[in-house]
Amino acid sequence: MIAQILFIALSTVAGYFFIKNLGKIRRNILLGRDIDLSDNKALRWKTMLKVAFGQTKMAARPIPFILHFIVYAGFILINIEVLEILIDGIFGTHRALSFLGGIYDAAIGFFEILAFGVLVACIFFLSRRYILKLARFQSPELKGFANQDAATILFVEIILMAALLKMNAADQILQSRGADHYHLAGSFPISSWLVVPIFEGLNLSDSMLILIEKAAWWFHIIGIFLFMNYLPFSKHFHVILAFPNTYYSNLKAKGELNNMASVTQEVKLMLDPSATAPEGYQAPTSFGVKDVTDLTWKNLMDAYSCTECGRCTSSCPQNQTGKLLSPRKIMMDTRDRLEEVGKNIDANSGTFVADNKTLHSYISEEELWACNTCNACVEACPININPMEIIVEMRRYKVMEESAAPASINSMFSNMENNQAPWQFSPMDRANWTQELNS
Amino acid sequence: MSEFRVRTMADMMAAGEQADILFWVGCAGSFDERAQKITKAVAKILHAANLKFAILGSEEACTGDPAKRAGNEFLFQMLAMQNIATLQAYEVKKIVTACPHCFNTLKNEYPELGGNFEVLHHTTLINQLLQSGKISIEGGAFKGQRITYHDSCYLGRANDIYEAPREIIEKLDAALVEMKRSKANGLCCGAGGAQMFKEAENGKKEVNIERADDMLEANPAVVAAACPFCMTMLRDGVKHHNQEQAIEVKDIAELVASAMEL
Ligand code: SF4
Ligand code: SF4
Repeated sequence: MIAQILFIALSTVAGYFFIKNLGKIRRNILLGRDIDLSDNKALRWKTMLKVAFGQTKMAARPIPFILHFIVYAGFILINIEVLEILIDGIFGTHRALSFLGGIYDAAIGFFEILAFGVLVACIFFLSRRYILKLARFQSPELKGFANQDAATILFVEIILMAALLKMNAADQILQSRGADHYHLAGSFPISSWLVVPIFEGLNLSDSMLILIEKAAWWFHIIGIFLFMNYLPFSKHFHVILAFPNTYYSNLKAKGELNNMASVTQEVKLMLDPSATAPEGYQAPTSFGVKDVTDLTWKNLMDAYSCTECGRCTSSCPQNQTGKLLSPRKIMMDTRDRLEEVGKNIDANSGTFVADNKTLHSYISEEELWACNTCNACVEACPININPMEIIVEMRRYKVMEESAAPASINSMFSNMENNQAPWQFSPMDRANWTQELNS
Repeated sequence: MSEFRVRTMADMMAAGEQADILFWVGCAGSFDERAQKITKAVAKILHAANLKFAILGSEEACTGDPAKRAGNEFLFQMLAMQNIATLQAYEVKKIVTACPHCFNTLKNEYPELGGNFEVLHHTTLINQLLQSGKISIEGGAFKGQRITYHDSCYLGRANDIYEAPREIIEKLDAALVEMKRSKANGLCCGAGGAQMFKEAENGKKEVNIERADDMLEANPAVVAAACPFCMTMLRDGVKHHNQEQAIEVKDIAELVASAMEL
């Protein structure tokens, strides 16, 4: 009874904080500018199913694809077992769903295989990162929290899976001994050879096994609660946001940069002196992106969804040739700044108080001006994040608000203004190439 | 081939004629010496296909692509609106261009400013002309030659055009070889996003040299390009490795024109 009350209290607290932090992230994302992505629902669902659920873009790199798929399948399916844990915890039952019989046994057996797969995959992941030291995990932006975050997640997953297998091992010995409360249920294709022999070798008593089973059970569920509450602070939040983020994917040609409607109105007024602004028209106060709140909510959702996998950076032509620009860093900086703005709002009872910083304090001109707008990062991202758009929006601010472009870019602008070409040629010479053909 | 004159839209209008298709030449195609050769090849192919085409000549202005990518939306929209007004004045319906940047801007970014045209890149049009038999490739100037194709970012990833240029190369009877990074994984030449007009940032290498390494590895006789800016970058890359004797960089249009002996 006490165990049940404790369990209910614990799940309530865990649920409360989780929902509270989700709410904060939602609030932060909605600090972004509005953008209408409510069109084409059918195609959006399809994209989400394909890219997030089916993970089609992961397949470009087969080894991590397979490893990640195991962890992903484990994550989704083993969570079905959490449902049973919740029921057992609340009602003090043992394996409440075992009345399903054969299906139940098969499912538990399958979950064990998955759990083992997850465990092995996580060990592979750790070694790719910390022993093989794959290039894409050595970038400067991963120093500190990001690296620690990755290691934490992998260790926790390993520990959780180990707890599950231990619990099952103790359980099945108790079942075979006919211990009270432990009726025959489930099948255990992994723990029966991996863990059971150890326990049997130790010649553990029933009460000791019950203790292990209970401890592993509590450890597993508390671990899940903690993990759930760690998610909102981690790159691991992608397990949730990957779905909405791919639903709201850009469905247009990747080459199309958004049109700035605010500029269109101004240009129309400029080109045609007789034109009058529409009723109630207010000249825009600023152009481009100065801080995260000038980005769209989709850009901000991108930032919270980013898994920091670095596929974008490792396909970026500028990063590959040793330049400072790293599209992954653009996303991490955006998230960091957004978190900072969110905390500022929390600390100042709901309003943002200027802190002398902007997104430009995180992302330098050297990074911004290196971009080729080649879309390699966009193409590479397994969950359709667009770092390039943020770069271009920040350039817009630099150019249109601060006139702070590199000198050669400024002279390109003036050539285009004066000669309608980026070079200093006369427009009258445009058709000179025809002379040879026409002579 | 019969002699022909490249006419402007203004000429045609004065003569009371209407062109079937506008050939959008672009700034590089107009002014860059190397790119002018591509422009001429395209003009010859259009003529050979019996298409009634015209150019804007001095009335063409930059599409505004480099300004937009560099963050100057004002300049972009001013140029775009000027161009849209010109194109509409000539009642242009269909445009072909040899520049993927012009192509992308005209096709994807002009509609929201009121410019709706059917826009084709020259590789798509040439492929269509070959398929419909309007032009045909005789002889085997490129038979068996190793040709590799460098995907332009603004055709490939930006607009999902990967096959048209490759189909043309195959029609040349050439041996199409792929670089290790191609199609959606293709590496940029280093010119896009207004990089063409500025110095690179500090780093280990220039992007076009990195791309030249890929080309050398594929060991082709010809590198086929489909963009005048890629052309400049790739040629510089080949030169950097002192391979300009062994490897030619040619636009798809030039390959077709020379196979057609135009
Ligand atoms: S678009 Fe810019 S940031 Fe993205 S891969 Fe290309 S050069 Fe790098
Ligand atoms: S933006 Fe996409 S590809 Fe880049 S690190 Fe984040 S999740 Fe990975």
